[in-house]
This record gives sequence, C-alpha cells and structure tokens, in this order.
Amino acid sequence: MKQDIILAGVGGQGILSIATVIGAAALQQGLYLKQAEVHGMSQRGGDVQSHLRLSSEPIYSDLIPRGGASLIVSLEPMEALRYVPWLAKDGWIVTNTTPLVNIPNYPEMEKVVAALHQFPHVVAVDADTIAKELNNPRGANMVLLGAMSTGLDILEPEQLREGIRRVFARKGDAIVEANLKAFDAGAAQHLEEE
Amino acid sequence: MAQKNLLLGDEAIALGALHAGLSGVYAYPGTPSTEITEYIQLHPLTRERNVHCKWSANEKTAMEEALGMSYAGKRALVCFKHVGLNVCADPFMGSATTGANGGLVIASCDDPSMHSSQNEQDSRFYGAFAMMPVFEPSNQEEAYAMTRAAFDYSEKRGIPVLMRMTTRMAHSRAVVESGEDIREQNTLHYPEKPRQWVTLPVNSRVRNRQLIKDYAQFEEDAVVSPFNRLTDGPDKRLGIIACGIAYNYLMENYPDGCPYPVLKISQYPFPRELAKKLADWCQTILVMEEGQPLVEERLKGVYPTAITIKGRLDGSLPRDGELSPEVVRPALGLPAVELYPASEVIAPRPPALCQGCGHRDFYTALNNVLKDYPGARVFGDIGCYTLGWMPPFNSLHTCVEMGASLTMAQGAAYSGTWPAVAVIGDSTFTHSGMTGLLDAVNEGSDVTLCISDNLTTGMTGGQDSAGTGRIEAICEGLGVSKEHIRTIVPLPKNYPDMEKVIREELEYHGVSVIVCRRECIQTLRRHASKK
Repeated sequence: MKQDIILAGVGGQGILSIATVIGAAALQQGLYLKQAEVHGMSQRGGDVQSHLRLSSEPIYSDLIPRGGASLIVSLEPMEALRYVPWLAKDGWIVTNTTPLVNIPNYPEMEKVVAALHQFPHVVAVDADTIAKELNNPRGANMVLLGAMSTGLDILEPEQLREGIRRVFARKGDAIVEANLKAFDAGAAQHLEEE
Repeated sequence: MAQKNLLLGDEAIALGALHAGLSGVYAYPGTPSTEITEYIQLHPLTRERNVHCKWSANEKTAMEEALGMSYAGKRALVCFKHVGLNVCADPFMGSATTGANGGLVIASCDDPSMHSSQNEQDSRFYGAFAMMPVFEPSNQEEAYAMTRAAFDYSEKRGIPVLMRMTTRMAHSRAVVESGEDIREQNTLHYPEKPRQWVTLPVNSRVRNRQLIKDYAQFEEDAVVSPFNRLTDGPDKRLGIIACGIAYNYLMENYPDGCPYPVLKISQYPFPRELAKKLADWCQTILVMEEGQPLVEERLKGVYPTAITIKGRLDGSLPRDGELSPEVVRPALGLPAVELYPASEVIAPRPPALCQGCGHRDFYTALNNVLKDYPGARVFGDIGCYTLGWMPPFNSLHTCVEMGASLTMAQGAAYSGTWPAVAVIGDSTFTHSGMTGLLDAVNEGSDVTLCISDNLTTGMTGGQDSAGTGRIEAICEGLGVSKEHIRTIVPLPKNYPDMEKVIREELEYHGVSVIVCRRECIQTLRRHASKK
C-alpha cells in the first residue's frame, strides 16, 4: 500500500508541522517514508510545498511524479490549485478556504472557488475560523490534518492523534490537548462534507 | 540494537560524521547545507565529546580550520553550499596537495534548478580538478553509511573526500537506521609524511606526481566500491548509467525492477572499467546525472565510436534543471502520464521581505533620498536584502556573489559612477566584505557602504553572525574615519533622520559607512517566545 501527498501553503503557515505529525505516526507504524521540504529563500512569504510519500514498500524518489498524488492538502485555497498537475485523476483535494493575500494580483475568490470545484473530489474547510472558535488560532494546520485524516487509508486517525501527542509533547499538555481538539473538529468537518 | 531515525539527507551526513568519531565541524551557513551543522550543534554527543561546532566567518576559514584539525590527526567535517566551494577553492585545492592526516570530509551541497542559489554549478568537477575522490550518495540511508566510509577512506588513502549532495536529498526526510557502533575520536597525532604539508615547489612537485599515481588508485577503488553497482537486465537495447539521486528517478519508473542493465554510480573518480563492461552488453547508453553532464562528457573518450551516448548533451534529458521521475520518462521510452493541466487562475507568489523587517525601512529611506540622485547606482549583495531588487522597492542594480557589493561599487566609482552605493548584510560583510573595505580605505574611494545589520544570518534561518556587536569597531579598525561611520535605526518614525544621514554621507567624497541596525523580526520572535 502507498500514499503520495502534496502539502501546500505559504511560508510560515505551518505545513511542516502537518508533515512532522504524519511522519511521527508513519515511523511508529514502521512504514517507509520520504518527505521533501522547501527551505531557504522561498520560505519568505512565498509559496511552499512538501512532497510526502508513505508506503509499505521501499520508496525510491523523494519527489512525487506528476499525476501521482492521491491527496493535495493545502492551507490556502489558491495554493491548492498550484499543484493540480501532481494530482492523480481520482485524487482528492483537501483545502482551507481562508485566502492568504500577500500579493497585489491575488485572483478573485469566486474564480478560485469555481476552479477548485471543477475537480471531482474536493473537501473545503474553513480551518482558520474553526481554529479561532476553539481558541487555538495557530491550530488551523491541525484542523486540516483532521479533515484529511479520513481520506488517508494508510494511517488510522488514532495513529495520527498519537503522532500529535508525540510531536507536541515537549510543548506541554495544554498544547497537545488544544491540537487534538483542532484535529477532531477537522475530522468531523470532513465527514459532514462527504 | 539498530535505531530508526527520520532524518533529512543533511542530518544523515551529520549523524554519520558524529558516529565516525568526528572532532569538529567547520561551516558557513548556506542553503541547502545549513542543517548539517545545526544537527551537530544540537546533538548530545557533541557536548559529551566537546566536538567543535561554532560557525566560521566564511567557507575559506572553515576549510582551513578543518585542515588544521586533520593535520593534528583528528577527524573534521567541512560543510557549505556549492558556491562556498568557490570561496574556499584555494585551501580546497591545497588540501589535495597536503593530503589528509585525520579523516577530512568536505560536504558540498549543490542546488540544481537554483531553488536558493545564483547558479547550478556541479561540485563533482572540483573533485576531478583537485584529483580528489568524490562520494555522491543516492539516498539518506546511503548518506549515513557513505559519510562513515568517507572518513575511513580519507585516512586509508591520506586524501580529503568531497561529499556531494543536491537540494532534493539534503532537504528530504527518510528513515535511516543507525547502529550502536559509535567510533572513538582520534587522538592527537601528526602526519607521517610532513614534507607535503609545506607546499613549496620543491615539495609540491614530488607530491603532485604521487597524487597522479594515487588518483589512478582511487579509480581502481571506485571499480570495486560497494557504492557503485553494475546490475544486469534482460533487455540489452539500452544500458543506463545513473549517478547519485538520478538512480531513484530511474527506479521510481520501474516498481517491478528495471528491465535494462544499470550502472549505479556513487563513488568517483568515474570507474571506466564498469562503464566498459556495460558497453559490452549495450550499444546505446543513457547517462542520467543530476547537475551538469560530467560523466556524459567523460565517456566520449572511453567508448568506441559505434556506441551511442544519450543524456543531457544530446537532448534526451533536459540540458539544465533538476531531474524528476517524470522528466526522465521520455529518455526511457516510457509514455507520458495523463495530467490535469496547470490551473490558469493562480498568480505567482514570490518570496518577499517579512512585514516589519528592518531591510524594508532601510530601502524606503534609501529610495526617498536617491530620487534626488539620478546618477546613483546601488550594488547589492547576498542575503534576504537581495529581495530589495524586487517590487515594490526595485532598489538594487547588481548582485553577484558574497562580498561583491562594495568592491564593485569601487570599480564603478573609479569609472565615474556617482553616487556609488553598496548594500551588504552584517554576516556577508564579515564573510567577505571586510577586505574590500580595506581596499576602499587605502584608495580613498568615493563610496557609501550601507551595512544592513539585523544581528544574524537571516536568509538561512538565523544563525550567529560573526561580527555582532563589533561592526563599527571593525570598520574603524580597517581605517574608516570615525565621523563617517554612522549608525541609524530603521523604523518608519526615523525616516527623516535616516534620510538626513544617508544624504550627508552621499555628499561626502570618501569612504563612508552607514550601519543600519535592527534585529531580524524572525529571531526577535524566537527570542521573545523563549523568555
């Protein structure tokens, strides 16, 4: 079994924390894993992406081939669209709906939404609002992780929750609990959308 | 018991070096190499064994410090990005002449497709140039094993080893198993052949002949290296030579095994014997290598003319840029995969200076003043502030390499450019701007040097900067007159003061330095959250 995931967003939004949690869960389950990240210049408010590959068999390439990703998970709606050439024909897009506008020529939101809904499998979640309602404004990434969790065949939601406990343990119980709540809220969203 | 670690390629090199009995890492930060040193800095073994891990002022000082450690018999690692190898080319070439006493490994991380760099130069050429063995791991697990092997090899053959990696592996995580066999550090001991460490012609002529002989031995070693592997395949219409990470992009396309014979290359000098064996089986050879076509060019003289060589030079693969699983498909005769087309709705989102960054306020004030000086030219340098070239600032006219701002301004000033303004960061200034300032002082150049000091090495993530707290003292020590070393704080409320100072120093026809100082907001936030 294998699963190739593109994580997308804008530098500073926290896509690497999503990758770290999934990575911790995958390592715990003895899965093979490759996770290509973007460091350096592009991190400064530019578009960032991470190629995350999970498999029960050895993995060769650090990069996901175009047309091969079963999931695009994006913390920003326009950024989800940037990587559609990587999406497999029957793949899913799970995206935050709150735009991050730090460029003068950001497209009209209606156009972004219309373009997203041309794809057969889209889950759109207002992760920012949900995270704020939970008093955890920096937890939008965990909401999104929850939203994608039910579409992730290779790992169980409980294994991801254990990943959250491991990754955030050194930041204290309060942060762990807040992030677990954000995760659960996201997971509930996904089921409603389906 | 074997331990499973989820490591970046960079971190795999770091752990391999620590487990090989490392005594010191010497480095200057540069994407994609920075995380090697950072991993060593945070590892418990580093504290336990007092492993040297402080950043050096630049790659040249790093290389020389490591060479000194090797001379003293201990194992040293040098790390930098590919263009850092240009900065330390002199001691790097020199280290092939001296050879290594304690194991010496030089990790140079290349950046094909230029994700964060000014060129895509291929470090393997430097290996051949210096007659030094080159190791090029194809995955993270191999990076760990090869780093350990490189230290042993360096001591066995008395030669530094160049370890080459590219961005994609440097910054990709995978599971790496490490054993518990952590080697002891070396004790202090000096070279058995001391003459070659004094590179007077009388010694170097002798040593050079020996190195030429040794280089042939290195190639024989590469032929039998466990990291180079010739695998037969049933379909002889094509033979494939896959170097380093390119091997992964090949195998990704054949989940059930590659039908063609494959020569995987991870250790150089290029083992011509193995390539000849491959040519006994196949009339057409495809060379897959990340970076520049080094192997492809070398093969031209190895094969009889009847053999067809395909690769980046004949257009079978793109001439530049990073390889990927789909980029290599046409060369393998595989059909294109059906894709969703790129979205037409998206807009580019280039990197930008952070909101609240001091460089922003500096460029705003500089632009306001330079409106009155249509002849002005602004010579930039390498760092976050290079983004000042982009809208909305459009402040810079040049950026070439580390330290070139002030020295190019001097040449232009002599040619009649006025005002000639140089913009450099604090870390780049201590890396290779100080010697240029000495030139400017000695010549009395009519230049204005703006040091945009954010108290850190910002672009690479906030590493310590070598001159923090001493920038004005350094400038004064180099001979800039005290009245023309001005310090300003880049904040919107200070624009009138900042502009007054900039204007005054432009009007002074000699060397002036404006230190524009406010902490990087990224490191400021980090420091605040630690408190």
